[in-house]
Amino acid sequence: MFGYYLDLALRSLKRNRVLTALMVLAIAVGIGASMTTLTVMHVLSGDPLPGRSAHLYYPQVDPTPDNSYYGHHKYPLPMMDDRSAVDLWNAHPADRQALVVDSAVKVRSPDSTLPPLMLGMTSTTADFFPMFGVPFEYGGAWTPADDVGRARVAVISSDLNAKLFGGRDSVGKTLRLKDSDVRIVGVLKPWRPTPRFYSVAGGIGANGQGADPYAKPEDVFTPYFSGLEINNGNFQQYTCWGNPPAPGHLENSPCVWVSLWVELDSAAKVAAYRDFIANYAQQQKALGRFQQTDTRMLDLMGWLDAEHVIPSDAQLQMWLAFAFLAICLFNTVGLLLAKFLRRGGEIGVRRALGASHRAVFAQCLTEAGLIGFIGGVGGWLLTLVGLWLVRRQQTPYSDLVHMDTAMFVTTFVLAIAVSLLAGTLPALRASRIAPALQLKTL
Amino acid sequence: MHIRPILVALRKHKLATFLIAMEIALACAVLCNAVFIIANRLSAMHIVTGVDEASLGEIVVTGFDPKEASDLNARMIAGLAAIPGVESVHAISSVPFGPQAGTAGVTLDHKNYGTVIDYYMGDPGTIKALGLQLVAGSMPDTDDYQAIPDKAWLPPSARVLVSRALADQLWPGESPLGKMFWTGPYQYRVIGVVANFMGAGANGGGRAEWSAFVPALPGGTLAGTYLIRANPQDLERVMTEARNAVATIAPHVVLDRENSQSIPVLRSANFATDRAMAGMLIGVIVALLGVTALGIVGLASFWVAQRRKQIGIRRAIGATRGDILRYFQTENFLIVTLGIAIGMLLAFVLNAALMKFYELPHLPLYYLPVGALALWGLGQLAVLGPALRAAAVPPVVATRSV
Repeated sequence: MFGYYLDLALRSLKRNRVLTALMVLAIAVGIGASMTTLTVMHVLSGDPLPGRSAHLYYPQVDPTPDNSYYGHHKYPLPMMDDRSAVDLWNAHPADRQALVVDSAVKVRSPDSTLPPLMLGMTSTTADFFPMFGVPFEYGGAWTPADDVGRARVAVISSDLNAKLFGGRDSVGKTLRLKDSDVRIVGVLKPWRPTPRFYSVAGGIGANGQGADPYAKPEDVFTPYFSGLEINNGNFQQYTCWGNPPAPGHLENSPCVWVSLWVELDSAAKVAAYRDFIANYAQQQKALGRFQQTDTRMLDLMGWLDAEHVIPSDAQLQMWLAFAFLAICLFNTVGLLLAKFLRRGGEIGVRRALGASHRAVFAQCLTEAGLIGFIGGVGGWLLTLVGLWLVRRQQTPYSDLVHMDTAMFVTTFVLAIAVSLLAGTLPALRASRIAPALQLKTL
Repeated sequence: MHIRPILVALRKHKLATFLIAMEIALACAVLCNAVFIIANRLSAMHIVTGVDEASLGEIVVTGFDPKEASDLNARMIAGLAAIPGVESVHAISSVPFGPQAGTAGVTLDHKNYGTVIDYYMGDPGTIKALGLQLVAGSMPDTDDYQAIPDKAWLPPSARVLVSRALADQLWPGESPLGKMFWTGPYQYRVIGVVANFMGAGANGGGRAEWSAFVPALPGGTLAGTYLIRANPQDLERVMTEARNAVATIAPHVVLDRENSQSIPVLRSANFATDRAMAGMLIGVIVALLGVTALGIVGLASFWVAQRRKQIGIRRAIGATRGDILRYFQTENFLIVTLGIAIGMLLAFVLNAALMKFYELPHLPLYYLPVGALALWGLGQLAVLGPALRAAAVPPVVATRSV
């Protein structure tokens, strides 16, 4: 029966090519615009660590003298002072924990003739790599002993390895960071968590600056304490409530500039960790170091949400595109209505020959669905054009925007759903046509 | 033209009329808001920096030891000044649209730091090179330019220039001349006011225009960023040569290529996302108007085909071609008007939603009549083809197979 309806639908579509083209075009354009923006949102709002993210948490305490420093935030500032962060890290109550601080460092290699480079450096602790599932091409992470021992070691990105060493195994080679030599212990495989969740704070920070959450990970990773020594004088605060003792040197300063990530594998551990940071804040207040005892701990996705990492322009574009799709929908309803009712005579004959209301309804919907499918093909092509245009824009995420299988399927599901939705009302009207009246006028 | 018969006819096609009206309503709401967003972005892009943008550029280098700041400054300033076409070179902390270099809260009472401003530092001659326009008070003297002490990021106490916008923010309705303000232990006295001076980080709103100029001598934290002034025609060539010259002037430092650009290039890069957004919105508007017009054409064509017989009868009993044409035009006008009426309401609902989530101001009222005119025009254009075909129906149709 479906085959027969499909045949009827094709014949009907061929009969009035202009009207068919109009409907297909409207659906294609609406789907193209919606799917382009939806794909961008899909890329931007994805889970950077599927499977792991639910166990990763971002603890926050409040070292500020009074809550006027929150600014836009209703909660503790999005980073910590180094002392609180290191205290919490040192206690090691979580399954894994890593300090994270980013800075720009001058990098040279004795094995390369390249001029010195200014690169991003993440100074962190050994758990960073297993906790975030960072893949290694050569070598591996440094050990917890290297953290404490302030070892002069580094892990480099696959990009930097390609630039300096032509992509060969560079483990054991030396890198000059500012004025210190470090030994490379690991080279990463290409790694691009989207967004770069572990350093998104600052997106709406006090100064409106901060790293873009969709930028690539930094090229150099060093142990936290080694990094502070090597690149002293080049650290940037998120914000301060007093002047740092010297520009770029933030240890024990009245500034927040360090993040801490913890992995907690069970609900009981999460509850215990919440108690742990609450106790820490109380204890620090008792010692007179803290004035506030507010704490907060969000999981990874909750943290991304709280920091509003998704650019508001992308959201705005998505809503506008869907408003546009709604217009296309109304348009298609009107045209389908015109098309079906025009065939009143034909439908009357079918009804008179014994077709039920349902059969006519099904036939009309089949036609609408077919239009949706053809519109979906057009919409898919237009989406590819749209994504190509997005990639040409200068945004940090332009290179990430590609259509995956899920979005490809969504394109057709959305197109057919929209056209069936558009077809329902006209098909109902068509199936209610009284056969006698139509036959009379034939 | 009699409107009553049209209304009676429309009552027979309630659903189709409603659909087209809703399409127009949605189009009206989206159109008004999209145009409004575009207008907002474009006006943000016309921010006045207060400097001679077309003649200026900056070179930024990093990766040097703070101890060699003075030596580096001397070499860079001399080296860059030797490039043919360079009018002058100055040590400066940043330029408008350049990297943020001195953002800090300022206070009048040592408690409230609500006003966050951009501090600029520059050597003697910087003000002249920038082309700042003094509107009150006086420029700093030679004595006002002091060396920056070790471990400080600004001269701790100085006589400074502020932008008009900052003066109005800190001392509304008062003369700012001679007034003091503080950032922590740093204290500054206002000696002059400049008409406009935008902060380095253009973040839109009032804050972008809050800035102060602190006179300083090169050295300490005032190192690594250089203002180049050149003839506007030569500027891009001079900037290219300057970027290339850094490798010979100071081979051990790292050139920040992204920020070592002329101000026109920095300005353009700064608004890249706004331009992309405006482009995307224009695309949506064009597609939206196109789809709406096609919908009107489709439905009007259908109605014309459906009413061929009635049109023939009307022609046969004396209606002119013009009467038929005007019938369809009036019918379209009525439907579009209904759509616009609903659309104006929707436009305000949409605007309220956008204001809530995306910091957009109120939709000005004059957008509504303009949007209405555009949609009326669109409707009349779209219906013209089908209406002309209707007018061309010969009266003889009436005599066939009634």
